[in-house]
Amino acid sequence: MNFNRRDFVKIGGITVAGTVLLPPFLQSCTGVTLSKDSENYLNHFEVTPELLNELIRAAMEKGADYADLYFQHSINNYSTLEDGKVNQAYSNIGFGVGIRVLKGDQTGFAFSENVTPEAMLKAARTAANIANSTGKNVSVNIEELSAPNYYPVKTSWENTSIKEKIPFLQKVNDKIFAADKRVSKVNATIGDSTSYILFYNSEGRLAWDYRPMVYMYITSIMEQNGHVENFGVSRSARQGSEFLTDQLVDTLSKEVVEKNALLFDAGKPRAGEMEVVMSAGESGILLHEAIGHAFEADFNRKKTSIFSDKMGKKVAENFVTIVDDGTMQSDRGSLNFDDEGNPTEKTTLVGNGILTSYLHDRISANYYKVKPTGNGRRQDFRRVPIPRMRCTRMENGPHKKEEIIASVKKGIYVDNFSNGQVNIGAGDFTFFVKSGYLIENGKLTKPIKDINIIGNGPQALADIVMAGDDTLLSGSTWTCGKDGQSVPVTMGLPTVKIKKLTVGGTNA
Amino acid sequence: MTTDEKYKLADQVIEHALKNGAQQVSVSIDESRRNNIEIRNKQIDRLTESNTLGLSLSLYVDKKYSAHSTNRLKKEDLLKFTSDAIAATRYLAEDEFRMLPEPELYYKGSGSDMGKLDKSLDAVDAKTKIDMATKIHDEAFGLDERIISVSAYYSDGISNSVMVASNGFRGDSADSGVSLSASVSMKGETSRPSDYWYENAIFLNKLIKTGIGKKALERTIRKLDPRKIKSGRYAMIVDNMAIGNLLDPFYNALQASSLYLKQSFLAGKLDKPVGSKLLTIIDDPSIPSAPGSRLFDGEGLASVKRPILENGVLENYYIDTYYGRKLGMKPTSGSNSNVIVTPGTRDMATMVNSLKKVILVTGFNGGNCNGSTGDFSYGVEGFLVEDGKIVHPINEMNITGNMNELFFNLAEVGNDIKEGSSFRIPSMRFENIDFSGI
Repeated sequence: MNFNRRDFVKIGGITVAGTVLLPPFLQSCTGVTLSKDSENYLNHFEVTPELLNELIRAAMEKGADYADLYFQHSINNYSTLEDGKVNQAYSNIGFGVGIRVLKGDQTGFAFSENVTPEAMLKAARTAANIANSTGKNVSVNIEELSAPNYYPVKTSWENTSIKEKIPFLQKVNDKIFAADKRVSKVNATIGDSTSYILFYNSEGRLAWDYRPMVYMYITSIMEQNGHVENFGVSRSARQGSEFLTDQLVDTLSKEVVEKNALLFDAGKPRAGEMEVVMSAGESGILLHEAIGHAFEADFNRKKTSIFSDKMGKKVAENFVTIVDDGTMQSDRGSLNFDDEGNPTEKTTLVGNGILTSYLHDRISANYYKVKPTGNGRRQDFRRVPIPRMRCTRMENGPHKKEEIIASVKKGIYVDNFSNGQVNIGAGDFTFFVKSGYLIENGKLTKPIKDINIIGNGPQALADIVMAGDDTLLSGSTWTCGKDGQSVPVTMGLPTVKIKKLTVGGTNA
Repeated sequence: MTTDEKYKLADQVIEHALKNGAQQVSVSIDESRRNNIEIRNKQIDRLTESNTLGLSLSLYVDKKYSAHSTNRLKKEDLLKFTSDAIAATRYLAEDEFRMLPEPELYYKGSGSDMGKLDKSLDAVDAKTKIDMATKIHDEAFGLDERIISVSAYYSDGISNSVMVASNGFRGDSADSGVSLSASVSMKGETSRPSDYWYENAIFLNKLIKTGIGKKALERTIRKLDPRKIKSGRYAMIVDNMAIGNLLDPFYNALQASSLYLKQSFLAGKLDKPVGSKLLTIIDDPSIPSAPGSRLFDGEGLASVKRPILENGVLENYYIDTYYGRKLGMKPTSGSNSNVIVTPGTRDMATMVNSLKKVILVTGFNGGNCNGSTGDFSYGVEGFLVEDGKIVHPINEMNITGNMNELFFNLAEVGNDIKEGSSFRIPSMRFENIDFSGI
């Protein structure tokens, strides 16, 4: 997990030349009857059903068990305000097809950025080399996947000019400067993205998706008596330009100023183990790092996860139920189907304290002989799908926030984070706290900042001794990194108390 | 696409952009191919091949600026893409500081070879690559009954690029890289630790091809059954695999963009001491066949060898053209080439053995640094060492402090630079570091 500001400001964007020129309808000679939507997606990528099957045959010509094709066309735009004006914009277009071949749990993969039959056949034959026997005569009947739409779009980003984004960034700037005299710099970026996906596999499954995404990210810098502090806030959703509202501008501007100002009074706690109360919402990073990655089934299939021998066992208190959900309306982590063509779902990972499911991709679902959970995800067509989280959250517990804080004699309350990490086998996870408070005798007292917290995943899960009835989703722009691949995710948590974590700080 | 074809395409895009209203344009075209092989527990786990070709475009239109990239390189698509990008740029606010670099700062030679390309890599067949990975896999697999998983990786890549700017820069470059690495996971009493080792090189015949699996196994065995120790201030040695992470925030703080955006704890410290006198860092782009060597940087600026820190005194920031103009500072380069820390005289083992009690840090786990203030806090893993002997591995501990103080606490620089990276930094010993544990 890494929410790294630099990742966002270096790539940037504009609404330009996004769409490809659609060719006239390519006649199919297979006699397959497809829906109008599927036909449009085939046209978009300049392929016919016959060509799709030819590619699958080429991918399986060395005797593979399975092959899939993942066509993607993505258009990313970034508009940035600096020094009080929107004076820079960036865009990126990516187009191509990834071809994956499986033989048992072995993977062959290649991609082509060019969708001519020759280039795609070459990539298919390269991926085919994972197998080394004689090809079977593959015959496939196309079946269209009927998936729900979890992210309806009112106004697409392709129909939104940069002219319409600029005023929102300008308002952010003006509101933040007006709110506090100590503000010396404001940077703000709107990043939007549109992805067209066409999926086809050797089982005949044909699926298409239109995936929107947007975030707004704001950094403010304040200075007080020569002391400089910065703070960043963001929101993200799978939405079109209806995402941009005056209310969003108001909420984020207010939040960034309040949090930034607090840092001037913040210090470091004393180093060592203590009780930690995690706020509702943003603290979902706890689930993501402490257990989420270790529940990804590739690590368990390979027995490298610390949870690989805990299926069906009691791992937490009875009131702990944790789900990973790909079906939430307009959520940054939602998918209509995953990047292996499997429908997404709400998967219960921990039900009433018992470990009930890992997060599966096709390879691990086959290994464990379970239904895929729709967690096979990839950064783009240039990468292979692997098990990843979507929206990982904990359901309500039995306690009240106030009683949780009141129960702590000496500890900390944390409510804002910049990044986290986990070491899967060791189980050690960390998250970096941007802001929080000391808790002394049941009350929040001095603000704290910039400290790392480290714990052990299974232990921390067992150590969730109180959970509030106030579960909340973090709306921030979380991006999860694994094996060099970044995917958008979200998270949520009620207020929880963990009996003991190791908190960075001073020994003075 | 050949280098000549890339130049031709870049020229066409520039000509089109200038005709359609841009006053200045720069274009770069980058091509790469990469091959990865993973062998896990005696079978091929994954074979992947990647070929990419993309074009990036920076536009300066009526004092307005935008930048774009695409992999749709058909000429008619590209020209429409460029025209639409120019039209959209006009909606932006003016920015008087946005211009291409001053032409006199450009690299003007005709060289493109820094000895960084192994042309023979393309001729290496798949079987040879698989055999190399299998050999290092077999150095670890089955050698200890606690082993859960052994993965061995072979990876190689070749990339080449062409850059043209409308005010007079033309340049191309090519490089290659090849690596072998291994990772081992083991089942301990309380956890399943893993560790890895790697070797990399520009030329395949210079690559160390043995001992990698063996080292990964040794590094994993020594991490079995860690525990944390009492919070306190301890001496710390950071090994040459992990030390780069500690210099990351320092390097971010040297960037002109960080200075301008008030996210640098090194702002206003030019010509002042920012660390121990033991610390000297040179940025040297001219070393033959080193990964960071180059004739020009990403803007076309001719590369020059520069001191960054001399005996602890800050001599140079990394200044790119845009933020340099905003700060009123002359551009150096916005990015590093080879970063060379002047080594000391003793290796890490000798440094460790000379201390009564020290924490040897071999890896970081998460954490971050506040760029504006220099406050940092990182998770660490490593070993408690007393009188030169490893007492036990440590885990679940943090170090916390401030970057402005950390490098003044630098007590010794080792002599053990690991070759292969553009950051050539030996192990380092620090005093009085705040550790949090029990």
